[in-house]
Amino acid sequence: MSQAGDAPPVAVRHDLAHVPLAPPSRTSGVLEVFRRRYLLRLMVRREIQARYAGTAFGLLWSYINPLTRFLTFYFVFGLLLGRGLGLENFAIHLFAGMVLVNYFTETVTSGTRSLLSNKGVIGKMALPREMFPVASMLVSLWHAVPQFIILVIACLVTGWWGDGPMWVPDAVGMGAALLGLMLMMVYGTAFGLMFSCVNVIFRDFQRIVQTFINMVPFTAPMMYPFHIVADGTRIPSSWLSVYLANPVAEAVMLIQRGFWYPTCAPNCAVDPATGAALPEFASDLYPRGFIMLGIGLALLVLGQWVFARLEKTVPERL
Amino acid sequence: MAASTTASTTASATTSIVVDNVSKTFRYQAHPTLKKVLQGKLRGQSTSETFKALDGVSFEVQQGESIGLMGLNGSGKSTLLKLVSGVMRPDQGQVLTRGRISGLIATGAGFHNELTGRDNIYMNAAMLGMSKEETDAKFDDIAAFADVGRFLDTPVGNYSSGMFARLGFSVAVHVDCDIFIADEVLAVGDRPFKRKCLKRMKQIRESGITMFYVSHSAGSVKRMCDRAIVLEKGRVGFDGDVDEAIKFLHYDGDDEEPDGEELEEDERDDALANDI
Repeated sequence: MSQAGDAPPVAVRHDLAHVPLAPPSRTSGVLEVFRRRYLLRLMVRREIQARYAGTAFGLLWSYINPLTRFLTFYFVFGLLLGRGLGLENFAIHLFAGMVLVNYFTETVTSGTRSLLSNKGVIGKMALPREMFPVASMLVSLWHAVPQFIILVIACLVTGWWGDGPMWVPDAVGMGAALLGLMLMMVYGTAFGLMFSCVNVIFRDFQRIVQTFINMVPFTAPMMYPFHIVADGTRIPSSWLSVYLANPVAEAVMLIQRGFWYPTCAPNCAVDPATGAALPEFASDLYPRGFIMLGIGLALLVLGQWVFARLEKTVPERL
Repeated sequence: MAASTTASTTASATTSIVVDNVSKTFRYQAHPTLKKVLQGKLRGQSTSETFKALDGVSFEVQQGESIGLMGLNGSGKSTLLKLVSGVMRPDQGQVLTRGRISGLIATGAGFHNELTGRDNIYMNAAMLGMSKEETDAKFDDIAAFADVGRFLDTPVGNYSSGMFARLGFSVAVHVDCDIFIADEVLAVGDRPFKRKCLKRMKQIRESGITMFYVSHSAGSVKRMCDRAIVLEKGRVGFDGDVDEAIKFLHYDGDDEEPDGEELEEDERDDALANDI
């Protein structure tokens, strides 16, 4: 009667007569996440801040880890193994792939856990729950940025000191790298969406996912050159199409095209015995990339559908 | 059937909440191990027994009404709140609401221990649907109400439980909402803060916001609400006048003497409610 009496009642102020009665839990799926960008941004920032909270170096850890990893690669793969396999700048070959593979595996594993690890909020507040796997993807993307920076520095330094040419990014190469990144983004989000719900219902799932995720780095040509898979002597050539159907392998080759390929001349991969040039990448690299992006987008729609079906029962199962 | 016809005939522009023949079923054990499932199969028992937390609940709330939701522990109050707030969906029937919902299903839900009070206020406000500009405009009020002083810029993990609860409550009551849900708000906080809460809730009520208030305290429901719904094992046992609801629940002390502590608590809440 006193303080509140000055303002018009809520029903008038919000014009409630023209607000429809609606189910309080109604959302429009992934689109709802982008309608509430502000909340998404806060959630992503929260995760990023929380990761290095209380550490003295803070965000610097995001640079230290990939840098030490690159140096390890340089000594082990570049100096010890590279020559024997006929690969030039093996460390960049590997590190470029690793940036995307790390991004992908981090998106999928953290996405799979995202609903379970936020159960305190999900059980008590009505939020579009797609928010959590999408936020996981964006947090992983944020952590990929320092790795990209290290990769660029490594490419420049290699050009400066190495025998090869200066690394000059070309439009096709950068487009390829971007396509590779988009592939991992789309597939990672699609799997994150699907797996996060399944993981709530069937909690062994995150361990199953982890088991398969551990294999992922070996399914792409980064710790070994592409030609040893393609030459048909080690694995039957009929299996090559299965190998190439893997979006991770495709994305790895695309980013290598952008960063590793321009650092070596005249050939990136040669037969160590004869010195003959060998293929660095699969043929039809770009058409394959676009087809896989299309399939990935379809998978994303499927992921949203699965999520919408399963998320109804999520709060009571947490 | 009867419920849906009444819903359609009385549905008007000022209906705030419609709960129409709603049921919600839970499983007793959500995550049986493979071993348990196999053991159950061998013994011919089912491991997935269910119970109905809510069973055919129907009622309607007009904009501006304040409803006291009462009932014994396990009668389905929290489940009903979760359905109204949109956290859960009903298995059968439907829940409809009009406008923005704020409130406290649990204070401090979504607070992140590593983040400061300030960051958590923004986070929590965004979860309740507030924009950055809206939060900026109300930030000083929120901080003043929470009254955590210099702790505002320290991680909430270091807060006392009372400060934690105050911060959560403070954000929830500053949302410009149409429906306010309050679950056992008076269970936390000291006396001065309880008084502040009740005062604020009275303001909310007077500004025409629909209030949904859950409490075991007969005194505060009597002061805060103009209608009470009593749940009994997932069904609406009583819906109507607050005094009669309290009688229905035997909370008025006629039939059985509540123990001293409970009585004292009730009296204190009564006194608080009278204060404001």
